[in-house]
Amino acid sequence: MSNVDPNFEPKIVGFFCNWCSYRAADLAGSARITHAPNVRTIRVMCSGRVDPTFIMKALSLGADGVLIAGCHPGECHYIEQNYKAMRRFHMLRHTLRAMGVEDQRVQLVWASAAEGQQLADAIDKMVAEIKQLGPLGWSQNWEENGQRLKALEDIVHEHQEAMEVPV
Amino acid sequence: MAEKIGVYVCHCGSNIAGKVDVEEVAKWAGKNCADVCVSRDYKFMCSSLGQAMIEEDIKKEGLTRVVVAACSPHLHEKTFRRACSNAGLNPYLMGMTNVREHCSWVHKDRAAATEKTKALVAAAVGRVKHQQPLEPFYVDVNKATLVIGGGIAGLQATLELADAGYPVYLVERQPSIGGHMAQFDKTFPTLDCSACILTPKMSEAGQHENVKLLTYAELEEVSGSVGNFKVKIRQKARHVDYDKCTGCGICVEKCPRKVLDTEFEAGMGNRKAIYMPFPQAVPRIPVIDTESCIWFERQKCRACEKLCPTNAIAFDQQDEIIEVNVGNIIIATGWKPFDCKTIPQYGYGRLANVYTSLEFERLCNAAGPTNGKIVLRDGKTEPKSIAIIHCVGSRDTRHNPYCSGICCMASLKFGHLVLEKTQAEVYSFYIDMRTNQKNYEEFYQRLLGEGMHFVRGKVSEVTDAARLPSEQGKLIVQCEDTLIGKQQRFPVDMVILMGALEPQADAREMGLKCGISCSMDGWYTERHPKLDPVATMTDGIFVAGVCQGPKDIPASVAQGAAAAARVAGMITKGKVMIEPVVATINDDACSGCKICNNMCPYNAIEFLEDRGVSHVITALCKGCGTCVSACPAGVITGAHFNNQQIGAEIEGALWDALQPAGAAASQPETVAV
Repeated sequence: MSNVDPNFEPKIVGFFCNWCSYRAADLAGSARITHAPNVRTIRVMCSGRVDPTFIMKALSLGADGVLIAGCHPGECHYIEQNYKAMRRFHMLRHTLRAMGVEDQRVQLVWASAAEGQQLADAIDKMVAEIKQLGPLGWSQNWEENGQRLKALEDIVHEHQEAMEVPV
Repeated sequence: MAEKIGVYVCHCGSNIAGKVDVEEVAKWAGKNCADVCVSRDYKFMCSSLGQAMIEEDIKKEGLTRVVVAACSPHLHEKTFRRACSNAGLNPYLMGMTNVREHCSWVHKDRAAATEKTKALVAAAVGRVKHQQPLEPFYVDVNKATLVIGGGIAGLQATLELADAGYPVYLVERQPSIGGHMAQFDKTFPTLDCSACILTPKMSEAGQHENVKLLTYAELEEVSGSVGNFKVKIRQKARHVDYDKCTGCGICVEKCPRKVLDTEFEAGMGNRKAIYMPFPQAVPRIPVIDTESCIWFERQKCRACEKLCPTNAIAFDQQDEIIEVNVGNIIIATGWKPFDCKTIPQYGYGRLANVYTSLEFERLCNAAGPTNGKIVLRDGKTEPKSIAIIHCVGSRDTRHNPYCSGICCMASLKFGHLVLEKTQAEVYSFYIDMRTNQKNYEEFYQRLLGEGMHFVRGKVSEVTDAARLPSEQGKLIVQCEDTLIGKQQRFPVDMVILMGALEPQADAREMGLKCGISCSMDGWYTERHPKLDPVATMTDGIFVAGVCQGPKDIPASVAQGAAAAARVAGMITKGKVMIEPVVATINDDACSGCKICNNMCPYNAIEFLEDRGVSHVITALCKGCGTCVSACPAGVITGAHFNNQQIGAEIEGALWDALQPAGAAASQPETVAV
């Protein structure tokens, strides 16, 4: 980690659930809680909607990290779907580790609609961590990765069946 | 066919333009984003002029998609959807991206904020191309309403709706409606008697032609959705025939078995094995408590059966499941008192003369076990000094972090009643006095004048271990008076613990049945904490009273009435709109693996045995999309949030990531995955 580029600005894709985290980000806005401008938000109805392939896709398209934010466990607008997001997240993390992607690059945080400050803090923390890690660089090796991507998506789909443990 | 996209970047006065170069973003989008044929910036896009501009472009330029980069869609999505609709464009072909709350308001660096805005606009442009015209669904609203909980909030909601001419099913778990308010003696700050204002409402509900009372009954199951809920209610066996009983009370009088009444009398008095919780109970139909009835214990006695003039006793009665159809549900399930034994240092349950606030309510209630005489547990000694301890289990991170809201006023009320009825000195141990409603502060001032003593500090211990002769035979309250900074010991005869209001033990379970969630504390979550405190995230389910958070009687009544008004509005309208954000399964491609079946918390996915495929019941689907991302074959589509749309949004958001540095100028969609 000796060659940390001070000018490196990571690009992070954020998947925020419509009911808690997106509103937490709205609240951070209304309260003018400044935080790092590196997260580009995508609104989904529920963190349970976040398909592992979305994360793979973001990383392969040049994102240096992915942040998933949902309602706190027990407070899901859809009763318990954030637990399913959590399950997928941990499974995907195993795959990503095996591929050499550091844990800090793909994070799952809980933020209720009242937790603008906590969400802003989580974003700042994540950005600082990824700055330390440097670029992920999948996009730099696009040719190679482009060919691999198909295979990666296949792996995810292959394992998905095993990932969904019926309640 | 290429889409014609219009991009509209709002200045929001200087709210966005102050931190983002909106003109540059608009120009950039017009040049660099594929299929964008109009790209404008404007001072206030949500103003009527801004909307007119969009409408005109749709008509003149023939736009097929619209992107608005402005504030949160939670604020103005409806506004811009309406504008599109007015101009003849399906409203679901409009996409909003949030560049105010998520960008200009929270970033310091203008260049970075502008870059992020471009990415957000590129993402929205990418997404909007794949958006599809959708039509909202409309369903008829059943005119009947289910109210769960017959306390004051539920009663108010019931009566409002019944008076408006709509049928109401009122379900109450206890044998009588009335709730906690029926237990109280006086109400603060007016000191009018609780029963005098509550019982007329109870009997009105009992006699109302539009109200069907289901007491001693519990909610079993809820299915369906807004407008058309199917509800199963368990009518517990009363062992008394509802239709034959006249409520004469001979059975109660003659029943030989007395037991401690831990519910209505809070353990301060007795009742019979066959009982009505209190004389003004509605309905006046007793219930047999099978756990203490001699017949159920050892098949003897039957005194009530022998003496009943109408042969209403029915020992063999069984629980019954009643099914009703309703359009809306109001949950008003109230609260339960904090178990004061959880704080052993306050001695409740160990030291006889430590009371809970509910016990004290019964003690000073004229209809209570002592006829309103304030005496110690021995039943005769009048206390000479009383300590009231606030915040027992509330404002305490070890128990409940929240303020229970009503205890300060309730202790002032107790103070007044003690000073009025006895010669005792009253000490109130408080952290902060919270008296912030109409006439509450005035009541506090009145008590200061009446000679109630206030000690600011949290009590560390209540003990009977005397250190001084003057403490012999007393309860000693040990507390630091934080206003003088001294530890002090107050010897008193009686201690009242103002226990916290807590969510019902089965609040979460009930929430799950109705499809609504609880906060960390266990109170039901309202749709919006300020602007929509009666609706919940589930359409057609409303909350009222303390089950949504601690509140006093006026606030509970107001919320009950508000919930009723919302329901009445839905009924009057007759139809309810349902957002078309739902999942659908391509049944030609479904392999029938059933993985999605268990994903759905609303049981909206059924398996069609005959065809071997899964099927989404649209009316039940809430559109979370979990099944969409779970389908291993990728054959479930989540309308308005499908894979193509989100995929394009990811690509757009990273439009600059694949470009070599300095050359970030070409079209966002360079890579197809």
